[in-house]
Amino acid sequence: MDIPRTWRLRDQRYLLQGNQCEECGELYFPKVFICHKCRCRSLKDYQFSGRGTVYSYSTVYQAAPNFDAFVPYIVALIDLKEGPRVTAQLSDISPGEVEIGMPVEMVVRKISEDGERGVINYGYKFRPPIPLEE
Amino acid sequence: MRQVAIIGLGQTPVREHWEKGIRELAANAVLDALEDAGLHRVEALYVGNMLSGLLAGQENLGALIAETAGMAGIEAIKVEAACGSAAASFRQALLAVASGAVDSAVAVGVEKLTEMSGTATTAGLATAADSDYEASMGLSFVAINALLMQRYMYEFGYSKADFAPFAVNAHDNAKYNINAMFRYSVSMEQYTNAKVICDPINLLDSSPIADGAAAVVVVPLEHVGRYPGQAVLIEACEIGTDTISLDNRENPLQLKGVQRSAQKALKTSGKSHKDINIFEAHDAFSIMSALSLEASGFVEFGHGLKWAAKMNIGPGGDLPMSTFGGLKGRGHPVGATGLYQIVEGATQIRGTAPSEIQVPDARCAMMQNIGGSGANVTTTILGKL
Repeated sequence: MDIPRTWRLRDQRYLLQGNQCEECGELYFPKVFICHKCRCRSLKDYQFSGRGTVYSYSTVYQAAPNFDAFVPYIVALIDLKEGPRVTAQLSDISPGEVEIGMPVEMVVRKISEDGERGVINYGYKFRPPIPLEE
Repeated sequence: MRQVAIIGLGQTPVREHWEKGIRELAANAVLDALEDAGLHRVEALYVGNMLSGLLAGQENLGALIAETAGMAGIEAIKVEAACGSAAASFRQALLAVASGAVDSAVAVGVEKLTEMSGTATTAGLATAADSDYEASMGLSFVAINALLMQRYMYEFGYSKADFAPFAVNAHDNAKYNINAMFRYSVSMEQYTNAKVICDPINLLDSSPIADGAAAVVVVPLEHVGRYPGQAVLIEACEIGTDTISLDNRENPLQLKGVQRSAQKALKTSGKSHKDINIFEAHDAFSIMSALSLEASGFVEFGHGLKWAAKMNIGPGGDLPMSTFGGLKGRGHPVGATGLYQIVEGATQIRGTAPSEIQVPDARCAMMQNIGGSGANVTTTILGKL
């Protein structure tokens, strides 16, 4: 994977940062350049909580070269509690345990490796929420 | 705008063509289409292709294919809309002739997927999705369709076996198409037991990686008498788009790109659903057949599988689908597929399909070619003159 892209998308990948329309308040992930609701071009960064639920999922058994080492792995569409839907992998869970509607939370994990000498790409995945210790 | 007709059809068999490159595949289809039309050359060439740059290290296909087909010097460009490239190139040929800019054009779709290893091709196909937010997160193109299928099963309570009629029908028809990749039937048991690729999508839900090229010659309707080729009228060819990624759609199960493109095509042609005798859907995966039937307005949302289960989709059914095997049985050389569909639809309307798969009294056929997971959709309607 290309280093400029990883750098450019760092706030999205590591912080789950999207944006919000300053006019109508609509929230977006990933960031948009014009509000799709009201066409306002004034948008500010918005930090999502990382909490959400599983909208759909699949276990991948055949993947592209830089994901080959990870199969089988689980991919999902996550409905963030603030609204937007995100495409991501699930972590810390086995295929048989996933259900549509289950709550999940964002974590930063290794996403892919670009060969032996390439960069390791990190980014968001989602896992079943771990209760905070007292 | 002038009315436009197809007067020549050409296609190479869909295969793993190890011995042929992009130029041979495309030139063969173009030359066959010209011969069928009774022309030596055309004024413009539009090449539909998705992955030549990535897999063969070859772009600039317009000039390359024009030269290889013996027409160096004419206007020639490549058109790209992922797996929907071929039908998108057909629309460019249609517009060029309809506008009066040229009096003859060829649209050819070509793809050479076996140029690289299977995993490289998987990565190439994923470029149809959002690279920053889908492909680079580990989603293959199959995985994206699997997310749709899983949710569809959840919302409407369908089981895996309920999807079988699409694959069974496609293979039954492919048997009689000499250009098809898979010329054998599959049973319900084979379908449900096939190897899983991305749960719940298995091998028999998926169209195969293949090479091929298909081409048509188009001329103004008022000129068809000048050429020996049997003419088929282009009633409509319209493009509709949707967001590139699934996650930006309010309801990913409702393919708005398909809906927009189908509605525009019906409006342009002045046809209604009951006028359509044949529906060649973009059945790259079984789930796409169900969602396309629904979004195109043939059946209500959520009813695609119930409807297909009644085997309404066979050559003698209410709405025959995948009549030459579809993407599943004929094969899916991605950037060529839309023109295979158009060649097949035109063959049905000419009445020259093999008798086992000829739709009786075929007067009006709808072909739908999709780039990405419903992101860029071309719907074509062909009619009898």
